[in-house]
Amino acid sequence: MQPVIITDKLTKRFGHFIAANELTFEVEKGEIFGFLGANGAGKTTAMRMLCGLLTPSSGKATIAGFDVYKQTEKIKKKIGYMSQKFSLYDDLTVSENIRFYAGIYGLNNEQIRKKTIELLDELQLQKEAKTLVRELPLGWKQKLAFSVSIAHSPDIVFLDEPTGGVDPVTRRQFWDLIYHAAHKGVTIFVTTHYMDEAEYCNRVSIMVDGVIAALDSPTNLKNKYAAANMEDVFYELARKAKRKAD
Amino acid sequence: MKELFVFIKKEFLQVFRDKQTLLMLFGLPIAQIVLFGFALSSEVKDSRIVVADYSKDVVTTQIISKISASKYFDIQQTLQSANELQTAFKKGTIKMAVIFPANFANDLQHTNKATIQVIADASDPNLATTITNYITQIINDYNTKSGIATGQPLQIIPEVQMLYNPELRGAPNFVPGVMALVLMLVCTMMTSVAIVKEKELGTMEILLVSPFKPIYIIIAKLTPNLLISVLNLFIILILSALFLDLQVKGSVLLLTFCSILFILTSLSIGLLLSINAQTQQAAMMASLMGMMLPTMLLTGFLFPIENMPIVMQWLANLVPSRWYFIIVKKVMLKGLGIGSVWKETLVLLGMCTMLFAISLKRFKIRLQ
Amino acid sequence: MITLKNISKTYNKGSVLALKNISFSVKKSELFGLIGPDGAGKTSLFRILTTLLLADKGEASVNSFDVVTDYKKIRNCVGYMPGKFSLYQDLTIKENLDFFASIFGTTLEKNYDLIKDIYQQIEPFKDRRAGQLSGGMKQKLGLCCALIHRPEVLFLDEPTTGVDVVSRREFWEMLKKLKEQGITILVSTAYMDEAKLCDRIALIQKGEILSVDTPENIVASFPEKLYGITSAKSTGLFKLLQDTRDYPGIASCFAFGDSLHATFNNSSENGLIPYLHSKGNMDASMEMITPGVEDCFIHLLKE
Repeated sequence: MQPVIITDKLTKRFGHFIAANELTFEVEKGEIFGFLGANGAGKTTAMRMLCGLLTPSSGKATIAGFDVYKQTEKIKKKIGYMSQKFSLYDDLTVSENIRFYAGIYGLNNEQIRKKTIELLDELQLQKEAKTLVRELPLGWKQKLAFSVSIAHSPDIVFLDEPTGGVDPVTRRQFWDLIYHAAHKGVTIFVTTHYMDEAEYCNRVSIMVDGVIAALDSPTNLKNKYAAANMEDVFYELARKAKRKAD
Repeated sequence: MKELFVFIKKEFLQVFRDKQTLLMLFGLPIAQIVLFGFALSSEVKDSRIVVADYSKDVVTTQIISKISASKYFDIQQTLQSANELQTAFKKGTIKMAVIFPANFANDLQHTNKATIQVIADASDPNLATTITNYITQIINDYNTKSGIATGQPLQIIPEVQMLYNPELRGAPNFVPGVMALVLMLVCTMMTSVAIVKEKELGTMEILLVSPFKPIYIIIAKLTPNLLISVLNLFIILILSALFLDLQVKGSVLLLTFCSILFILTSLSIGLLLSINAQTQQAAMMASLMGMMLPTMLLTGFLFPIENMPIVMQWLANLVPSRWYFIIVKKVMLKGLGIGSVWKETLVLLGMCTMLFAISLKRFKIRLQ
Repeated sequence: MITLKNISKTYNKGSVLALKNISFSVKKSELFGLIGPDGAGKTSLFRILTTLLLADKGEASVNSFDVVTDYKKIRNCVGYMPGKFSLYQDLTIKENLDFFASIFGTTLEKNYDLIKDIYQQIEPFKDRRAGQLSGGMKQKLGLCCALIHRPEVLFLDEPTTGVDVVSRREFWEMLKKLKEQGITILVSTAYMDEAKLCDRIALIQKGEILSVDTPENIVASFPEKLYGITSAKSTGLFKLLQDTRDYPGIASCFAFGDSLHATFNNSSENGLIPYLHSKGNMDASMEMITPGVEDCFIHLLKE
């Protein structure tokens, strides 16, 4: 099977500034791929290109088999997205949010109904179906947001620092959800500042100054850099970064 | 296509859950209908006028009784001297004077023609035009009716003189109105937004947890707005003089002093609004909705206050711009001095002091 | 230096309980960490101590000044860095610093030595507007502005949230140096691994203090034996997790990076590895490990 993400020298320039420089990598179906890097390293730019939100300056990339230049609309149908900053509408209820996002992705009423029951069961939120999202604790919001982002069964889901600020137990419950999704064949593309979460990934890439400085499984990276954990690996690579003020 | 409906449905849900927006969307049209339908009209009734009868004959008596019977006019008193007349116009207590000259009866008897002098306060040109038209109508009516009885209609001609604004230009009326509106809106909006911005950004927290006295925060926020507004004032005056041919007839110093007073009043309103607003958007809405409507409707430059129901007239007295408007018209158009505007100035001073006192007291030195 | 006694705080007329009967104290020159997730009550606690909020019940004092009656004195001697980035986005680094220095009645030059180590890292960009800085640089600038007047107590509310690993480590290095200068520091964070960098910590969740002690003591008070289970294969952690959880004798099991941390009921730990082998996890191995603060936190959450 073809990898779900293929990039070849993907580059983005803003004037003279090269935000992302000749990124070349592949991600397999069902993989949990960690995309790490310091702020300003070019992570957000890269993710936006992969989501079809930003046109690359040069290079090639296909997402779920579609070209990022010419077929962005088709890409959007096949991917899901969730970030810490925005996930759900605070002033809608849990079921209204599910109905909205599922509807946006083209699910019909019957599918939406089934999906809603399924999600509420899985997250044990049946009693909160009619609660406004703003009244849910943060941990439940994040879990719900993730489930909503994969409600339309996308091929790939992009998670932008999804577990910021939640308590340790909720964080792990979140990763249980991620594992389940990956098990079912959804490819997970996740960025995080929690280095222990990097260990949960099948492979991890670390961006420094706009290029991919390392890409391998956590075990291999730790061996290569003689590090005890992923945090030390990251530290080793990131502290040499020149781009500190962006 | 179906996705579009899903999105529209979400928008509906969100709008109907936002109580503040709903209040505005539905409350505003209702308020406007009520106001415009019942309270405001540009029809002029019970205008205060003065009638001076130097002829004192049958005809004049008849005409005068017709005038007093009309709902448009409220005859104040019959003045005798030209000086008293001028004072009354300057004070603004009368809008029009109708003068029957001494030889009125004589002229009528011998030539079938006579003139009546009509002097109107044209600082509000719309009002002046309306009431002089009413008088003209009454007199013409009388002429026609007299003709039916005797076969020969009388020719009583009103000679109209427009005071303060002989060319009936709109500028003398709307420039003071615009000054009041602009200064009021800009000051309240800019001040409230500037203070709430610190709250929204979170910098207010750091400022409070510092030895920097809260009163200084207020002064620092008000000072640029004060200076900019005074600058604005001068720009308006200069532009009016250059392009609208509207000079300040009275003392510029007095005008500036009263304007600063009004600006300070508006600034303190902005301060008061900022205390309860949590976001810049809320502050801006409160300034616009809360201040613009009353200022536009109750200042007196769009709709005459004298014709509003008593309740609204009373409300208008609470609006600072109403008093400022009077001051500006008196100083700018009629060239009057402090002697004529001390009452309004005192009212502004009282409002300003009170509003400042309230907002300073309620200014939160803590977050909740 | 800082004391809290029975502090309680509610919002929305009592419907939201933010802090429940909080009591602890911080010694002079101590680097004290308040560890807990979002919504635990950390920000409310900070705001009460910096006199920005009034507690519903209880007393608190900073530098022996009462937070209610002597709030002005407190505001003169503390430095505060609130949760959101709270500096002026459209002013440059230097302009921000000069502004905050003068607010506190001092100048950048007077106290330069105190912030030198930190400031020198951002000084090359001193004419750049604060809004255009990266997360790590904003934190450094925020710290400088909080320190510029040489406070006796420093309150830092989640200064490392959203900041990358490198900047986080540098930040804590700076805090250690400040502590050596005699400044008392109360810092809150949601990152459990930062706990061990503090002298003492308080674990807080849902408005209640779960524990207050040195990181070592908290770890030592973990009541059960903790085991780490790993698989030599790099993939397959998920299966390992599921299988371990299915083991009848398991009391708790959580993923921790590349291994699982587990506790057992009734000394049944010896049966786990054979069980895992029987499920196909041929490379699984287990050993006893020392708990970390996160293990303790999770354990305390269960109660």
